This record gives sequence, C-alpha cells and structure tokens, in this order.
Amino acid sequence: MIKVTRELLDRIRQHGEQSYPYECCGLLLGKMIEGTKELADLLPIANSREDEARHNRYLISPGEFLKAQRTARSRGLDIIGCYHSHPDHPARPSGFDLDHATFPWDSFIITAVERGKAIDLNSFVMVEDRSRFDSEEIVET
Amino acid sequence: MPARIFIPTALRQYVGNAESVQVRGETAGEAINDLITRYSELKKHLFNDEGKLRSFVNLYVNDEDIRYGQNLNTPIKENDEISIIPSIAGGSTAVDQAQDVELSRDEVARYSRHLIMPEVALEGQKKLKAAKVLAIGAGGLGAPLTMYLAAAGVGRIGLVDFDVVDSSNLQRQVIHGTKDVGRPKLDSARDRLLDINPFIRFDGYETRLSSENALDLFKDYDMVIDGTDNFPTRYLVNDACVLLGKPNVYGSIFRFEGQASVFYAEQGPCYRCLYPEPPPPGLVPSCAEGGVLGILPGIIGVIQATEAVKLIIGKGDPLIGRLLLFDALKMKFRELKLRKNPDCPICGPNKTITKLIDYEQFCGITPHQETSMSNNASSNTDWEITPQQLKERLDKGDKITIIDVREPHEWQIANLEKYGAKLIPLGTVPDRVHELNSADEIVVHCKMGGRSAKAYEFLKQAGFKKIQNLRGGITAWADTVDPSMPKY
Repeated sequence: MIKVTRELLDRIRQHGEQSYPYECCGLLLGKMIEGTKELADLLPIANSREDEARHNRYLISPGEFLKAQRTARSRGLDIIGCYHSHPDHPARPSGFDLDHATFPWDSFIITAVERGKAIDLNSFVMVEDRSRFDSEEIVET
Repeated sequence: MPARIFIPTALRQYVGNAESVQVRGETAGEAINDLITRYSELKKHLFNDEGKLRSFVNLYVNDEDIRYGQNLNTPIKENDEISIIPSIAGGSTAVDQAQDVELSRDEVARYSRHLIMPEVALEGQKKLKAAKVLAIGAGGLGAPLTMYLAAAGVGRIGLVDFDVVDSSNLQRQVIHGTKDVGRPKLDSARDRLLDINPFIRFDGYETRLSSENALDLFKDYDMVIDGTDNFPTRYLVNDACVLLGKPNVYGSIFRFEGQASVFYAEQGPCYRCLYPEPPPPGLVPSCAEGGVLGILPGIIGVIQATEAVKLIIGKGDPLIGRLLLFDALKMKFRELKLRKNPDCPICGPNKTITKLIDYEQFCGITPHQETSMSNNASSNTDWEITPQQLKERLDKGDKITIIDVREPHEWQIANLEKYGAKLIPLGTVPDRVHELNSADEIVVHCKMGGRSAKAYEFLKQAGFKKIQNLRGGITAWADTVDPSMPKY
C-alpha cells in the first residue's frame, strides 16, 4: 500500500501529458511511516534517452539517481520508487519493465497516456522472486 | 579497510532498516562480498543466478562509478563511501509483445530442442519470435548469422544490401549458391532464409545504408547486427544505434583474424569509445584487398548470432564491454576489456554528436577512392588513369613504367607483366624507390586502387611528378580491357 495525495497523482498525470508522445519518468520521494509508504514529493527526471527510443523507453541514469538520493537525504526523505508513463499503452508493467525493474518493495507507478490525455494510473510492486508485478493499492489522502 | 555502504531504501529491511552498513574490504568487490556474507538475504537482490551483479545495479565509490575505475577491483581507502545505485529503465513496447505471442503446434515441434532447455524454454522462444533483428550486409558475416537467426526462430529479420551475387562471394557467403550468381543478394537470401524457416518474416532493403535512411531503417528493430566491411558504415551503424538506444552486435574479419563485441551505449562502451577516429584511408585493407579465410566469417558471424540470441532471451553474459579476438591460425581466442570513454563524442556525458553526420567525409574518403570500379566515360582527374586510357597509350607505343604494388601471391593470379609491369609490394616501396626514375612516366596499380593510391601519395611526396594511379586497379583492367584475365 502507498499513500499519495490527490495533488501528487495529478502531477504525475500532468508530467505524462506534457511529455507525450514520449515517456516521462521520475523518482518517488517519501517515507515509511508505521509500515506504510507515504509519498511526499516527486522528482521529475529528464528522460536521458534520445529521439525515437524516448517514445517507449525511459532511463534514469545512476548519476541522476545518486544526485536524487542526496536531494532526498537532505530533506529527510528516501527514494521509495519511480513513476513513468506509457504513451498509448495500458497502465500495466511491460515485459521490459519486469526485466529492468529494480528491487521488490519499490513502488512502480505507471500512468497511461492516450492520445495526449492521461487516463489510468496504477501502482505495482515486484514480487520477491522477480517473476512478476503485483498491483499495489494506492490510498488517496 | 573499513568502509561504509549505503543501502537503497528497498533493501534496508534486510539490514535492520539501517541506511548504511560498515563493511571491510580492500576492493569494492571484497566490500560487497563482506556485505552479502553478513546479510545473506541481500544476495539475491544484488546478484543474478549466475553470481554476477544484476545489470541495473551500479556501484559507486564516493562519486565515481567503479566501471570507470577498476570495476570490482577498484581499491577502497579508509572511510570511503560505497553506494549501491540502481539505474532505471522500462517502458511500454516491443519486447513485451512476447507476452502476446503464441507458438503453433508446428513451431513447438520445430523448436523443441530450445524448448527443453530451461534457459530458453517457451518464454525464451516467444521472445525470439517477437524479436526484430536488422542485419547490415548479406555478405560473409550476414550469410551465416541470418541463417542461424532464421533457424533459431527470430520472428522478423531485416537485411540491408544492394549487391549482386558474384562467384568470388561463394567461397564464404554460404547463403548464396552457384545458381544465384548474378541475382540480387537479397533475393537469394530471402529464398534461403524462408526455406530454412517459413515461420519468420523477412524484410529486404535494397539500398545503400546512409545517414539519410539509417534511423528510419533501424527504428523498427530491437537490435542491429553489423556485417559490413568498411569504416564509414561501421561508424554510421554505431552512431545510429547510440542515438536510438539499441544494441549493435559487431563483428569484423580480416584474413585469419576476427573480432566481435556488443556495443550498447546504454550499458557499456560504443564503437567510438574503442576507436574514436577512423584509421587513415587505405591503411586497413578491406577483405577484397587483403583476402579472408572463407570459414572465418562463419565463426565470427555465428558468434554475432549467438550474442543476438542471448540479448533477446536475456540470458548469460553478453559481450558488452568486451572485445573478443579470434586467430584462426593459432586457433586462439583472446579477450580485451573495453571501458566506456568518458569523453566519447556520442555516448559520453558531454557528447558533441547529436545527429548523424557525413561518414564518408569523416573517414577521409574522397569520391575518387569510393568509385573503385572504372567506367568508360566517367571523368577522371590527372592523378588517375583508366584502364582503357592506359591500354590506348600502351598500344600507341608510349613508354610507361607500370608498378604493381600488390603482394607476390596476387601477382601470380594475374599481372600486367606483358606490358613490362614490375612488382614492388606497397610495404617495400620506400626501400625500393631508388629503382624508379622520376623522369619516367609511372602508373601504379594494385587490385582495386586503394593500396596504389597510398603508393601514389608516397611517391608524390618523394618528388615524383609524372605519376598516375590506375583507377579501379587490375580488377577494372580485367573488367574493361581484358576479360580473359582471371579476377580474384
């Protein structure tokens, strides 16, 4: 379960719409509070892939991640996952997402953007043996 | 050395919710081993089944990626900070079409030897079927690699070539047969590949790969396999792959030696990290000039096909960051570690190349060297002479000294001895320059005009003025003046 404010969900959708037809991506900053992840802020990341590939791939380089980690730490927050958009593609993880996912526990928020308009938004968590994603409940606060 | 390892948020549950852990080790590898020895639950998250760091896991010592240092052997100083940093990739697309792919009963029967291997199995075979691979060149490398990819069940194979099958191809380009001489290579390749496996889709592109069409051709494919034999195309394939974020499965061959690697800028070095600049034109002979053992492209091409299949099914250690060198005479493989060049002009952080350029110009190839085959009426500059022009002048009785700069074994196949040609192999020209008289009119030639252009440059520098290069070499002579002359 991840607790997210309405405003942050809207910001993810907006980022997806602004980046359309390309994918957007960013990191989720938050805290574990009483066993539940709480999203506190977003850190949008410029998609470092070029041209065509940006359409359906995103990449947050380790350098950017390192920087983001410092930013988070200085604000007393942790990186608790990432978000990205699927332009004209359903809001569920792809095979590529699974192959390249980081660690179980991390939240993985995906917003589908259809013809420039953000529609579904879902969150996922990879299972321990990395074999699939389970959907994660988003509790709007 | 004691050092501190920072733990990603997701993994802190395995280290008592600590943000960082004190470890000991002389190198980054030892420090990580110390960490997973003490917190064994971490191992499966950081390492894959083969005991290698997972591909998205990066280790930083202080602010430096260990890939730019000595990898796991990077030394650790007291109180260094080690960070475990994921890189994040993902997205809709392509490869996940594998989830929607089904195998027919006939396909299951055909691929049964794959399906019973746990590393491939049904999942891997579906990935192969969903995969799209583009091969550049239907020549020595392209022939075996596309045949094996077709047999393996790669669902869509694209092939770029504009050449016609010549009998001199058959010594190594096993996709074409004797009956195909004179046919477009794409036609015979299509017949052969679809005969091997009618379940695949074949797309032939009868065009010369160029800066104008490369991005368009590549964009629909998951990866590109370079089977070409010239530097402009190698740089072009590399740059287009880097710009599109696709792997470039590289191979090259010469005489008894071959090389292979996977250039994938997202995860390792690219071709420009290895060779920032092309060699001067003419320095590295092509196979047409230097020859190649016919079997060699079979070995290197099949290594390329193997790497492509591994990338598709996501198993094993790809040749990313490694250059494999093969010597057929010694029958030995060697391996060089390749590092990403932080100053790489196309994949480095301060890249200066953001679109495709003119690769002929970049490789110093001027149009007169590119058109190696002569043709009758074409214009030529005074530094060149066409075979017809030379023949006419010889027939008139003009006194012309013909210098053949090829090697003795090439001379044995065909030569211009009856016109008084003299053999001075290119490498010996500087030592034997005294045998030439700068007052004489001299024409230098080789097989196709490349090596003799170097001899021409050398002799010009040495003060020879009345010198010309035979355009297209002895091959053009055989084509246009003396059809009875053997060609090789």
